[in-house]
Amino acid sequence: MMENLLELREVRVCYGPQVALQVSSLGVRPREILALMGPNGAGKSSLVRVLGLLERPTQGEVFVGGRRVSYRPAELLSLRRRMATVFQEPLLCEGTVTENASLGLRLRGLSRREAEARVAPWLERLGIAPLAHRKARTLSGGEAQRTSLARAFALDPEILLLDEPLAALDPPTRDALLHELEAILREMATTTILVTHDRNEALVLGDRVGVMLGGEIRQLGRPEEVFACPLDEEIARFVGVETLLPGKVVGWAEGLAAVWVGGVKILVCAEAQPEEKGVVCLRPEDVNLTRQQGPPSSARNHLKGRVVKIIPRGFQCRVILDCGFPLVALITQQSREELGLREGIEVFASFKATAAHLIRRAEGGK
Amino acid sequence: MELMGEGIRQAFWLLMTGDPEVLRIALLSLQVSGVAVFFALLLGVPLGALLALVRFPGRQLLISLVNTGMGLPPVVVGLFVTLMLWRSGPLGVLELLYTPAAIVLAQVIIAAPIVTGLTIAAIQQLNPRLRLQLLALGASRLQLFWLLLREARLPLLAALMAGFGGVISEVGAVMMVGGNIKGQTRVLTTAMVMESRMGHFDAAIALGLILLLLTFAVNGILTWIQQQKQGSS
Repeated sequence: MMENLLELREVRVCYGPQVALQVSSLGVRPREILALMGPNGAGKSSLVRVLGLLERPTQGEVFVGGRRVSYRPAELLSLRRRMATVFQEPLLCEGTVTENASLGLRLRGLSRREAEARVAPWLERLGIAPLAHRKARTLSGGEAQRTSLARAFALDPEILLLDEPLAALDPPTRDALLHELEAILREMATTTILVTHDRNEALVLGDRVGVMLGGEIRQLGRPEEVFACPLDEEIARFVGVETLLPGKVVGWAEGLAAVWVGGVKILVCAEAQPEEKGVVCLRPEDVNLTRQQGPPSSARNHLKGRVVKIIPRGFQCRVILDCGFPLVALITQQSREELGLREGIEVFASFKATAAHLIRRAEGGK
Repeated sequence: MELMGEGIRQAFWLLMTGDPEVLRIALLSLQVSGVAVFFALLLGVPLGALLALVRFPGRQLLISLVNTGMGLPPVVVGLFVTLMLWRSGPLGVLELLYTPAAIVLAQVIIAAPIVTGLTIAAIQQLNPRLRLQLLALGASRLQLFWLLLREARLPLLAALMAGFGGVISEVGAVMMVGGNIKGQTRVLTTAMVMESRMGHFDAAIALGLILLLLTFAVNGILTWIQQQKQGSS
């Protein structure tokens, strides 16, 4: 097994009686990008502060490169100088873009000239070279965050910590920077920990992704695993499952479980025991809508339902159906028009057995 | 009204002719208060930074003391310094009472809490996350202090102005520890008190104008620096 570059054991961070973070074990492998996602208040920033050795946990131990951190000032300084952190705010100082991007190197004792030579390619790479002599205070949010990223990358850190680096940017800027960031991270192959509230960011950037809720890392695994097979309903909701149907397994054969949900039988690719209880999870984008009972397709589940509500959102809209239970589908505005969807009409919803996931109450439930 | 008009005319005459006594008094005021503010900064800025950034037991109490010190009655400071420097007092052997050094000492005691208190405020108004970012960038404790002070230098200029303004116009303590000795410890404020008591309103007005001009000039220059920096960045 690969040795972890960064590791937490039985770490707790408490503020008074409130537990902000509780991680029994977390290992960050060399050169991986670990993306942890969670809503506000999930303990993400506390986790970054603990991993970046900016905050000593109330309890527990932190290991860097296999050695336990003792929190002596000299040791902290030398370990912190192997890392770099980018926060949600750019947090720039007085001075020009170049001066700001050079700051970490200057703190490590490099001369101005050496530092600026190492910073220049990063300003180029991040598209802010023309702004090199601009005062940092005159930058736009996107430009400032690029400066902050250049300041971190120029350090060529062993460990890179990204705390919601794109959250404060407007959507077009965010998308552009996300793709640049992805390219840079893949190329640098630096051990990276990203925390974000944005599932998409985690999915795009993470080699492994984790879901943080209430100060704990509740699930950690490959992105497709976490997004397709959430361990419980709370995680399922966070990773984008909108239809959660409690039911009972009525039959199982060859990897296919039949689950009885509100008077309808749903086929789910899952291991299951007959008679056990579970929750069927379904993402809205996996549901297909037709006006007539469609021609046979690979979809194993066909349900008849009535349109209860249509919620437009940009080019897409959410359609909430009543199939004896509420079912949410996500379709494009174009297919909504083609189907002539209105509230009150009847439609057929279909989805594959592989698209549905079964949370087994016996092991996953609380 | 005539008294004032005549006084002002006389005052301008004194100023225009460059009366040597008036000039000496003005210069001494500037020197003494300048040196005092220098020492107040030397003490107050590091202490303020320490109190703003480092958590330790008794910190709250110390900050309360500093805030109280910002409003310290100068007369009390004057009395305290007089007692300390009195021939039989603890520092009597230094024979500093009624010298410019004694005035400097009293003014440092008055200005240092002002500078300290305003330094605490200047650093605390910085984004608290900036400190984390600087630590994350690998700043040592000393580097952190320096960078944060640099970031707070505009409000620190305000601390400097407040400290200077507090001592150049102060009269009670200066009178007590300096004694208003002609040619030695006579400064603008003490000279004004004396001249107006003696009915020499022309001289008092002249001194008053110089005092106003000095404070205006010093604060004007500092404000200009402050606004320049604000504008250019």
